[in-house]
Amino acid sequence: MENREQMNIVIVGHVDHGKSTVIGRLLADTGSLPDGKLESVKEYCRKNSRPFEYAFLLDALKDEQAQGITIDTARCFFKTQKRNYIIIDAPGHIEFLKNMVTGASRAEAALLVIDAKEGIQENSKRHGHIVSMLGIRQVVVLVNKMDLVDFDEKVFQSIQSEFSEFLNKININPVNFIPISAFNGDNIADKSANILWHDGPTVLEQLDRLANRKEDEELPFRMPVQDIYKFTGEGDDRRIVAGTVLSGKISSGDEVVFLPSYKRSIIKTVEGFNIASRDTAYSDEAIGLTLQTQIYIKPGELLVKADETQPQLSSRFRANIFWVGKAPLIMGKNYKLKIGTMRIGVKLVEILSIIDAAELNIDTFKDQVERHDVAECIFETVKPIAFDSISEIEQTGRFVIVDSYEISGGGIILEGVADSSNTLLEHIMDREFLWERGLISSCLRENLYGHKAKFIVLTSGSEGNDKVIQDIGRELEKKLFQMKYKVYYLGVSGLSYGLASQPVSDYQGRDEHIRQIGELARIFTDSGQIFITTVFNLDDYEAEKLKLFNHPNDILIVNIGDTPFHTFQPDAGIEKDGAVNAVCALLKKQEVILDYYL
Amino acid sequence: MNHLDKLEAQSVYILREAYREFKNICMLWSIGKDSTVLLWLTRKAFFGHVPIPLVHVDTHYKIPEMIKYRDELAYKWKLTMIFGENSQALKEKRTFPDGNTDRISCCQALKTEALRNTLSGKWPRYIMDLKTGKYVADPNKEKYTGVIVGVRADEEGSRSKERYFSPRDKENDWDVGDQPPEFWNQFKTDFAPGTHLRIHPLLDWTELNIWEYIERENIPITSLYFDQGNGKRYRSLGCYPCTTPVDSTAKNVSEIIEELKSGKFVNVAERSGRAQDKDDGGGLETLRRGGYM
Repeated sequence: MENREQMNIVIVGHVDHGKSTVIGRLLADTGSLPDGKLESVKEYCRKNSRPFEYAFLLDALKDEQAQGITIDTARCFFKTQKRNYIIIDAPGHIEFLKNMVTGASRAEAALLVIDAKEGIQENSKRHGHIVSMLGIRQVVVLVNKMDLVDFDEKVFQSIQSEFSEFLNKININPVNFIPISAFNGDNIADKSANILWHDGPTVLEQLDRLANRKEDEELPFRMPVQDIYKFTGEGDDRRIVAGTVLSGKISSGDEVVFLPSYKRSIIKTVEGFNIASRDTAYSDEAIGLTLQTQIYIKPGELLVKADETQPQLSSRFRANIFWVGKAPLIMGKNYKLKIGTMRIGVKLVEILSIIDAAELNIDTFKDQVERHDVAECIFETVKPIAFDSISEIEQTGRFVIVDSYEISGGGIILEGVADSSNTLLEHIMDREFLWERGLISSCLRENLYGHKAKFIVLTSGSEGNDKVIQDIGRELEKKLFQMKYKVYYLGVSGLSYGLASQPVSDYQGRDEHIRQIGELARIFTDSGQIFITTVFNLDDYEAEKLKLFNHPNDILIVNIGDTPFHTFQPDAGIEKDGAVNAVCALLKKQEVILDYYL
Repeated sequence: MNHLDKLEAQSVYILREAYREFKNICMLWSIGKDSTVLLWLTRKAFFGHVPIPLVHVDTHYKIPEMIKYRDELAYKWKLTMIFGENSQALKEKRTFPDGNTDRISCCQALKTEALRNTLSGKWPRYIMDLKTGKYVADPNKEKYTGVIVGVRADEEGSRSKERYFSPRDKENDWDVGDQPPEFWNQFKTDFAPGTHLRIHPLLDWTELNIWEYIERENIPITSLYFDQGNGKRYRSLGCYPCTTPVDSTAKNVSEIIEELKSGKFVNVAERSGRAQDKDDGGGLETLRRGGYM
């Protein structure tokens, strides 16, 4: 079996600079057209008294004559001796920039077409910028329509020097500049007799010299957890952590860490279907892993090796973002961030600069990011996430932002930013400042009720304990109630429809519930009550958040069974047997309730 | 990694993404080579399991071997196998083979309409009882809001514009001009309620890749693709009144691969044996806008 190498190439450039003609030529000159296509288009042109153009060929293949411009990325196939190519035709028109992004995202290399007569245009630069952001390192510039400038070497050279300078500024080192006339076929498949002054490869020769991306086996191992499968119903006891390896390699016996939960384990096996059994999997493979210990992990975490360079972990990061959303990106609004397989709430907290992609002017006065802007911003996620900066590992330094169901922007992370201040802290400070108090002090309440106020959070990291802690929470409420204390139990799931003004979507569900229960706790404890809730598998960040939300009132976090925390120290760790009495004893010890009251 | 490995990894990623993000998804299995490869990739993605129901629209004009092959494989691999049909149109003989409509209207009725109503749960569905291998009425009437389909970009023009995750609105309309962007490996997985979704894990595969993969993985496919001894074989499978076999003596997968690479089919469109394409002046786009797969 031959299984030929394949390369994806995107072709970009300003509208009417000749992308379609270049593609039409490449297809025709490599003999990649269906039988009779060339003849039928030529015949059509003859009948309609139109001069034949190679661009028509593409139109005929793509059925887009109506509009005369490419509106969506379309794929064309051609091959050389060396390999197969998919050429992704990206629209040049600004309205369709998001389609161009889609096409370019899949490409190993870009052909950027510039009209020799019109010279460098707005989209020549804008496309260059996007190609750079998307991480395409191989860019070949085709200076087209050389026939319209009498194959003048000076015209070519001036475009080359001006555009090289621009590309260098945006971190692109162009592979080559090639003078061509796609219309006449100069320098496409065959060396042009009209351009003898240019000593370099034809477009086809150049394409064959480009390199496909190598798998990143030398980089540290990174695998976002896509899902955890257990098909017990079908007699399969394996619990499989599934995902695609983004970089590095992983072997059975390797010690691994899941981030941001910091859960650790050791790889037991590398799983697959209909392949020879093996101990190691490499970058780019979609695999499954089983672990030596049973730990509770969620899709979205980043799996790394314990003994390799660790990714950054932060809830704030600085990034370049390219915005394609219909509505602008604004400060303070809740968006959804997708990075790796993680989905998490995110806010824009600061715009550092907005770069006019065409001119590279920097505009620092805008307070929102408009469609087609490239901006440098600081974002904040609701919880810390694991990532690498784009200069370290590209695959884990990229994200998209979703605004009301639509992917509205793509970004690359430049670096994590310290969490010294964050929007939650600011919120709590504002809230406390604005809190309207009544005339009753907490002392007066304590005297009347005969106990202090407390926010009690029960959690557990033991699998299957989610129901157990709920039962303990309810029993605790009952016992304290029978002792005539002011006490109230509320489970997290009860919040879904009560407090939210609109349905809470899946990705923000848990974070939103934590927020709601925290805000409620602040009110309940302020009113002098003992407020009990249970949150299964509470993590460090959530525990800190609950403390913050309940500020300045008292909280008691009790873990039952295995701890779900990485470094967070709960107020107590107890076992499920006798848990209710143990919590009561704690409350007495802390003098929240008294053995007797006067 | 070689090219097939890369294609496989990407398709598996897309399948897992679909399974993770959406409830009520199903996979269309046309019994042809592409959707059979898709089914195989599902077993790859889920380590031998197929946790997604398979849906087949039976026009009752399918080549009989296709149905036999479908049921044998469904039984053997323990698939959640479901089929639906347009029983009304069949009863009233509103079909092309009955001489009462043209090919396109026939496709619309027996495939597009049947599919739409099978997916929505409006018309009866039949599910294979894995104990007996027989079909029984499917008690589940819930709507499938996501459909995994084995279309490939190289098949014809309109398919080359598809996304991996492609939304259709309530009327099944496909707005070709305004499709969601796909950045790197982040696809559109958020949809307003009521959106109907198509997922295309095979978009980047070519006909040749499909055959090379079938050979490499030794995937069982229906023998209709091979020369039956009369110098004819099917290159693309459909309803027998509208699908003609091509002249070919390829008797096995490697001979088909050879034929595609160097032989006479190198520049002949794969669907050239499918008559409805020619009747539809705008290619398949008209049919696809209305929900044809």
